[in-house]
Order: sequence, then C-alpha cells, then structure tokens
Amino acid sequence: MIGLTHYLTVAATLFVIGIFGLFLNRKNVIIILMSIELMLLAVNINLVAFSAYLGDLVGQVFTMFVLTVAAAEAAIGLAILVCFFRNRGTIDVEDINVMKG
Amino acid sequence: MTSADISILLPEIFLAVYAMGALLLAVYTGKDALASKIVWATVAAFVVASFWVAQNGEGTNVAFGGMIIDDAFARFAKVTILLSGAAVLAMSESYMSKRGLLRFEYPILVTLASVGMMVMVSAGDLMALYMGLELQSLALYVVASLRRDSARSTEAGLKYFVLGALSSGLLLYGASLTYGYAGTTLFSGIVDAAGHGELSLGLLFGLVFLITGLAFKVSAVPFHMWTPDVYEGSPTAVTAFFATAPKVAAMGLFARVMFDAFGGVIGDWGQIVALLSVLSMFLGGIAAIGQRNIKRLMAYSSIAHMGFALMGLAAGTIGGVQAMLIYMAIYVTMNIGTFAFILSMERDGEPVTDIGSLNMLSRKEPGKAFAMLVLLFSLAGVPPLVGFFGKFYVLTAAVDAGLAWLAVAGVIASVIGAFYYLRIVFYMYFGEDRDGIDGQMAPAAWVCLMGSAAIMVLGVINLFGVDGFALAAAETLVN
Repeated sequence: MIGLTHYLTVAATLFVIGIFGLFLNRKNVIIILMSIELMLLAVNINLVAFSAYLGDLVGQVFTMFVLTVAAAEAAIGLAILVCFFRNRGTIDVEDINVMKG
Repeated sequence: MTSADISILLPEIFLAVYAMGALLLAVYTGKDALASKIVWATVAAFVVASFWVAQNGEGTNVAFGGMIIDDAFARFAKVTILLSGAAVLAMSESYMSKRGLLRFEYPILVTLASVGMMVMVSAGDLMALYMGLELQSLALYVVASLRRDSARSTEAGLKYFVLGALSSGLLLYGASLTYGYAGTTLFSGIVDAAGHGELSLGLLFGLVFLITGLAFKVSAVPFHMWTPDVYEGSPTAVTAFFATAPKVAAMGLFARVMFDAFGGVIGDWGQIVALLSVLSMFLGGIAAIGQRNIKRLMAYSSIAHMGFALMGLAAGTIGGVQAMLIYMAIYVTMNIGTFAFILSMERDGEPVTDIGSLNMLSRKEPGKAFAMLVLLFSLAGVPPLVGFFGKFYVLTAAVDAGLAWLAVAGVIASVIGAFYYLRIVFYMYFGEDRDGIDGQMAPAAWVCLMGSAAIMVLGVINLFGVDGFALAAAETLVN
C-alpha cells in the first residue's frame, strides 16, 4: 500500500535534486531553469498528496495556482535568458561573472 | 458577500485595471512616446490609491473567507509602499528619458509589482501570500533587466531571477508542509493548529522553509548574495525602487506570516529571526567598507538596515512590531533621498557610481552636499536625526523583550556601519580636489532629496505622528 509517506519522500527527493541541480551545475543556465521547475513540481506532489490524504480540495486548488505561476516564471526566465544571450553570446553559468563582490 | 469582499480589495483592483488600461493605451497608440505621460499618471494613481487605502474604513475587515485581511497593519504598509513607489517613479522619469530607457512598460510593471506588494501585506492565506509574492517578483525580474542591451542589466536580471525563483521554491515547499500538517492554508487555521508552545515536527519544517524564503526576499544574511549584484547591475532608477517598496512589502509579509500564522510559537521563530538580524547587521556593516561603487554600498547598507528591522520582529512584542514599522518608514524615506542624489551623479552626461567622484562636492554644490550629509548621518543613526530614532525604537524594543545581547550587538554593528557613511561625508567636505560630478538635478529628484533631508531634521519633533499609526498597526497584528 502506497501511503502519504511515500509521496512525501518522493517529493522531498525531487526537491533536493532540484536544489542540487541549481548549485552544483556549472554548465548551462537552461539546466537551472529545469531544476527550478523540478522544485516546483515536487511541491505540487506534496500538495496533491496532502490534499488526498486530508480529503480537502484546497491543496489541489493551490497546485493549479503553482502550475500557472510556474509557466509564467519559465516564460520570464527564458525571455531574460534570450536578452542575456544576445549581449554575451553564451549561456554558460561560469560566464555570468561581469559583477563580483 | 461578494460585493463586500470586492469593496475591500478595490484599491488593488483599481491599480490592476489602471495598469491594464495603460498597457492597452500605450500599445495601441504612441508606445514609448507616451511613456513620460504614463509615468506621471502612475504617480497620480499611486497617490490616489494611497489616500484611498488610508480612508478605506476602520478596524479589521476580512474578505474572501479570510484570504485577504485589511487591517491597520496592512493599511500602514500599503500607504508606505504606494507613496515610496510614487516618489521613486517621479524622480526616475528624467533619469530614464535622458538615458533612452523610458519605455512605457516601466511604470506599468512597477504598478503591477505594487499590486503584488499590496496583496502580500494583506495576505491571510498561503495562496494569497504566494500569488502576491509572485506578482511582485515576476514584475521585478523584468524591470531589473530593463536595459536590454546591457550585459550588466541582463546579468542582474538573470541572477535575480534564478535566486528569486529558488527562494520562491523554498517558500512554497514550506507552504506545502504547513498546509499538510495544519490541514488548512488559512493563517487563522494554522495559528490554531500550531497551538501554544509546542510545534509538531512537520510544522516546524514548514516554518523554517517559510522563514528561509522570506529571508531571501528581505535579503537577510545568509540569503543576501543576490542583493549587491542586482543593485549594481540594474539601472539606478530601478535600484532605487528595489531598495524601497519591495523591502517594506517583504518585511510586512514576514511580520504577517510570523504573527498571524505562527503567533503562538514566538519562541520558536524568534531565535531564528534574532540570528538573521545579528548576521545581517554585521555583514552589512563590514562588507560595505570595501565598496567603492555607491550602488553596491547601498546594497550592503540595505542589508544592514534589514538586520535592524528584523531586530524589532525578533522581539515578538507590540513594541517590536511598532519599532519595525517605524524603522521601515524611516528607512524608505532616507533611501528615496539618497537615491535621488545617486540618480544625479554623472560626469559629461555619463552616470558615475564611484564614491571617489564625490570629492569636494561641498565646494561646487553646497546645498546638495549638505542634504546628502544630513541623509548619510541619518542612515548612520547619528542623533538627533530621525534615523537615530528608528534605531532607538528598535533597540528599546529588543531590550524590553529581554534580548539585551541583540541590542548590544546592534549598537556595535551600527558603529561599524557608521564608518562608510561618514567616509562619503569626508570625501564631500575634506576630500582631495579631483574631477567631480557635474550633473544637473531634475526638479522632481531635487524635491525628493531636499524633502527627505528636511524630514530627517524636522521629524525629530514628533516623527510626523508615524509612531502613533505604527502603534495602532502593531496592536492589530500582535494579540
């Protein structure tokens, strides 16, 4: 029987993978965007699992909002990335270094 | 029911509809030719909305089943946000049009960000919190990279986006855990589930993730690393906006979540906030010493100021929240004046940000230099200027709450921090004679600079009654 704990474990694992993807990745900004998406989807699994467990619809409504915002966020992220690429000709994470402090 | 709910939210709806109307108008007619007019219309809309909010009823009104709370605390924060947004827009208009940056999107995005901030400070539910936060953040990511053809500006936007999205993710994960273990997303339900004294492990994890996400937004150490780069890279007018309204909104949201949703377990989050506060004050004070770029310097300055505001929150009392609100109002006023000056820093038509360019400014422009001296003394917290009273309220609140060690640390950090403010004063009055700045100030920016400096002097009489409003706001939040 798959219970709440299993879902929470999967979500926590995905969330941690997302965070590590964000910090350990040295190659490509697109991978960072994918990691952010992974984190948000882990949260969605959490919300839906809790919603089913509690028998309360609010969690699923929340999930809808998160999905919508995630789409808008990805669009804005990609737009900023395109502008960055036009200026620098690269999207390597190591090249995001004009400013340091 | 619904019409009563909507009437509570009308100022936000007014601004959102205004933003959409202005967008359509600009797209279908003159595009950027209209930008200047839209800026002034937005300033007017902000001022109207802030008076509207201030007059919008007494006491605590709840809309949409508790999702939106309109109380004295929300009104105080909203008026501060709207007035500071209006001041920043007014003083940035000439700067941006001179640099060819004045696109019609700028005032519209600022309006949408402000609507998000207004929702943030009156959120009564995790969903309203998230939607408000994201509306604010998404608009701010775009304005950070407003100068599309500059590597710095787009890099600032990219960094802000990545770290902002990370912080939203952390906050959201905390929200999902809080929802799961409290069984509701309403703050009023969470505060019942959290109980008094004892917090279940799931809720504790939720609380910690929520605090982490919020600490990113207020740029408290150790979640501050985006601030200097974003402040330096963004166009100066946008930096001025970043340093004012969003900080008030994030701080208001922080207080709202901590007291409305976790008001029964102040002991649990109070120590985390105290730690964030002491780290921010010290790092902000020490790291700014090595900065030559005035925008980076102001970034570290804002980190240190957020540390002081968090000190009020860490106290967890009515006096603490009152002190925090007063501190934020004073901080915003000082920053508007300082950034009005930074916007006018230019040499041969090009903006300069090196603090060495301020050498012997007092000889060329005694009026501006003196206003800047007052503001810098006030930022450093030198008595008898208003900035000192902000720090005084916060330190008193911390001592009253039994956090004497935090107050002592705050005093030490403010002495360290005074060094870099006073160094700028030294350059302006006793520096060596070199190529200085030669820019002319736009009238609106001049009014902001002189008005802010005058407030720092005249406010010592009674703080313009802000302390009374802040007390009323704090009393509704803490109970």
